[in-house]
Amino acid sequence: MAQRTLDQKLAILSDAAKYDASCASSGTTRRDSRSGGIGSAGGSGICHAYTPDGRCISLLKILMTNFCIYDCAYCINRVSSNVERARFSPEEVVKLTLEFYRRNMIEGLFLSSGIIRSPDQTMGDMVRIARMLRIEHGFKGYIHLKTIPDASPDLVAQAGLFADRLSVNVELPQDASLRQLAPEKRPETIRAAMADVRLGREAAKDRSHTGKRPPRFAPAGQSTQMIIGADAATDRDILTTSANLYSGYLLKRVYYSAFSPIPDASAALPLIKPPLMREHRLYQADWLMRFYGFDADEIGAAHPSGNLDLAIDPKLAWALANRAQFPVDVAQAPREMLLRVPGFGTKTVTRILAARRNGALRYADLLRMGAIMSKAQPFVTLPDWTPGALTDSAGLRARYAPPPEQLSLF
Amino acid sequence: MIRVPLPRFGRFDAWRAAARDLASARIPPEEVTWADPDTPPDLFGADPLPPPGNHPVTATQDFLQLARQVASHSDPERWSLLYAALIRAQSDRRYLSNPADPMLDRLTRLAKSVRRDIHKMHAFVRFHELPSDGPRRSFGAWFEPEHPILEAGTPFFAKRFADMDWLIATPEGTARFTGAGIAYDDPAPRPDLPDDANHVLWQTYFANIFNPARIKTNAMRSEMPKKYWKNLPETRLIPEMLADAPRRVQAMRDAGASDAPAFAPKITARLRQQPDDSLPETLDQAASRAARCTRCDLCHAATQTVWGTGAPTAPLMIVGEAPGDHEDLQGKPFVGPAGQLLRRTMAEADLPADRAWLTNAVKHFRFTPRGKRRMHQTPDRPHIEHCRWWLDLERRFTAPRLTLALGATAAFALTGNRKPLTPRRGTIEPAFDGGPVLITWHPSLILRLPPDRAPAALAELRADLTRAAELTA
Repeated sequence: MAQRTLDQKLAILSDAAKYDASCASSGTTRRDSRSGGIGSAGGSGICHAYTPDGRCISLLKILMTNFCIYDCAYCINRVSSNVERARFSPEEVVKLTLEFYRRNMIEGLFLSSGIIRSPDQTMGDMVRIARMLRIEHGFKGYIHLKTIPDASPDLVAQAGLFADRLSVNVELPQDASLRQLAPEKRPETIRAAMADVRLGREAAKDRSHTGKRPPRFAPAGQSTQMIIGADAATDRDILTTSANLYSGYLLKRVYYSAFSPIPDASAALPLIKPPLMREHRLYQADWLMRFYGFDADEIGAAHPSGNLDLAIDPKLAWALANRAQFPVDVAQAPREMLLRVPGFGTKTVTRILAARRNGALRYADLLRMGAIMSKAQPFVTLPDWTPGALTDSAGLRARYAPPPEQLSLF
Repeated sequence: MIRVPLPRFGRFDAWRAAARDLASARIPPEEVTWADPDTPPDLFGADPLPPPGNHPVTATQDFLQLARQVASHSDPERWSLLYAALIRAQSDRRYLSNPADPMLDRLTRLAKSVRRDIHKMHAFVRFHELPSDGPRRSFGAWFEPEHPILEAGTPFFAKRFADMDWLIATPEGTARFTGAGIAYDDPAPRPDLPDDANHVLWQTYFANIFNPARIKTNAMRSEMPKKYWKNLPETRLIPEMLADAPRRVQAMRDAGASDAPAFAPKITARLRQQPDDSLPETLDQAASRAARCTRCDLCHAATQTVWGTGAPTAPLMIVGEAPGDHEDLQGKPFVGPAGQLLRRTMAEADLPADRAWLTNAVKHFRFTPRGKRRMHQTPDRPHIEHCRWWLDLERRFTAPRLTLALGATAAFALTGNRKPLTPRRGTIEPAFDGGPVLITWHPSLILRLPPDRAPAALAELRADLTRAAELTA
């Protein structure tokens, strides 16, 4: 095999990395290069470009290598795939990261890898790259390392010192599907790895008896990802799994990735059109759980099938299924209830709470403050608006659902 | 009409100084013209700035921050709007905290548009490497923002790229950084930037990180508006990537599943050892099999199996209910608050931890998520019965002379007796396998009891531990 150029390797190893959805670069410690080195981080992340698939490019997201000894049916890099293989040297990864960074193309590096030889060997190489960037080059940008679940806790502990974020993918919403589609992975080891990261972060927050702070451990927290539509899990199952993960390991994010056709597919998983709308609804439901005070079960129970309504958003679906709680009086309702009104976001609710101290809020005021009144109409009362029989009218859902569409034959 | 000329750079501070003087004389907003460098002269001439008056002028930090952002907007009316807002705030400060107020709303929208433009500048400036004759590398970029944000947007680059020289040229002016502060200059024609090999690599990355099976151009266009495209090296690839996407997806579908390369089955066979499900013959074997336990459904939500700990040959076995939050995360029993209470009380009762085998009736954590917390739930009868398989194995391999049951769940798991615990506490009952079981409180009960009842229960637990130590001495 002829030696591949850097350009060819980059093509192969970024192609192999694109199924990881996360590209966040926010919420880490504030630092910059005025005290030496190169780069800055902290505050909100920056998306430096967007591809036509609607995903942002914030980090240089690459695999160290796409050689892999595991055989996960959903993955393009599984051992039984005939995909072209390549491997970066650590120096190449460092050089690409720094040169792209200096041209203001990225916020940092998201490094993942296929598993070569052993989990420890792979994790050790990744930690080495992060160490080179941080120590030798004084890199202060963002580093996200994908943790290899079976790697030794020592290596993960080192990774947490150099990386802003660590992540392990749970891959699938249910243990049974993981055991079936990724037989080399074990759900309990993946969860134990997430528990270790949580404990590592908590230990790094405790001051010693002299008041000295230990070094920061993965200051931007951890995240995970699961594939949607590759198994039979309902949205309710998925949201329950997410709620368990958020509460157990204090994750910053759970990413949902619609199962997408891969070149050189496995016979075990038929190629489907990626369920992008389902993915979108799951993200909305995830937001409802994290910022709007909803429980996974409440959202999942809105439809008897346990799946989210694809035609309307999950908050509207919940409100339609729980109309007894509406209409809400905007002048009186507590924050918790305002957050449950379709068409009111968290910012709108904060504004409403501040504004109603200054006087009565009218329909036009709410419009100006960012409420989507076309959605909120049936669910609120205002001095100049009452929904009357609209709240309980039978045709309410039809007002919001897109008109029925004939299914395509192809 | 009073005309206040504002400079190209340092505009906000100039406006602030002039506005303070004008407001101190309570000059009404309609009598002031604020003139940017390119504002045409007034048709009927203009009056100079009058001397300051003696009214006090105050502004909140929030207002100043908002005004600073609005100052970078391209709207020529922004200065008079800000001045009107300042004058109004002298008599009515409340409106600045009312999001329903139309004036505040307008200012907020202007500021938001500026913040977004600055954010996009931080995102979409693309540096080209320039030839450098010094030790510092040198880079240059051309950028066309929507608003005059050069001064507001460039400090970010000085913090981020302190170890290189850079130049950002915009239609508004030029910012140049050489290590000690940013120098701003009047606009110059667009510089001729040299080709940069890393831009070609960047295009390779952009084309390959794209997934042709999921097209969402609306998301792309809303976050990367087309007005910024002309100065980005990667966006010229987009039409071709979109045009080629359906063909690539179809090719994936047509290709379907392929045959694995010859080496793959060998690697898989080496990794995939069949789990050994025969009856374990040692405590260690039992522990490693329990780690994969799926006998009940608790394993799906819990982190891991929490196996017993302590001295396997000890004469005493202490059985609790089930792991809690801490135990589940660490994979070790009795490390949470109740476990610490137990260990303290054991020490007081002269029962060192290495003289007992500590374990739980149920080996997985049962909980319901509540936001960022996991609320403990008592295991149900089926969980206890499924898990008795492991408890029995533990008992067989550790062969305790006495077992201490902490709480009702442990007592039921060991003896099958579900009667209330109060009359049974301190008594010895036979286990399923015939061994003696001393029944006592669970330390978590003591933690939950009201302060007037907890000490008595704790004393009873201590007494039972002392008795267990004596019986197994």
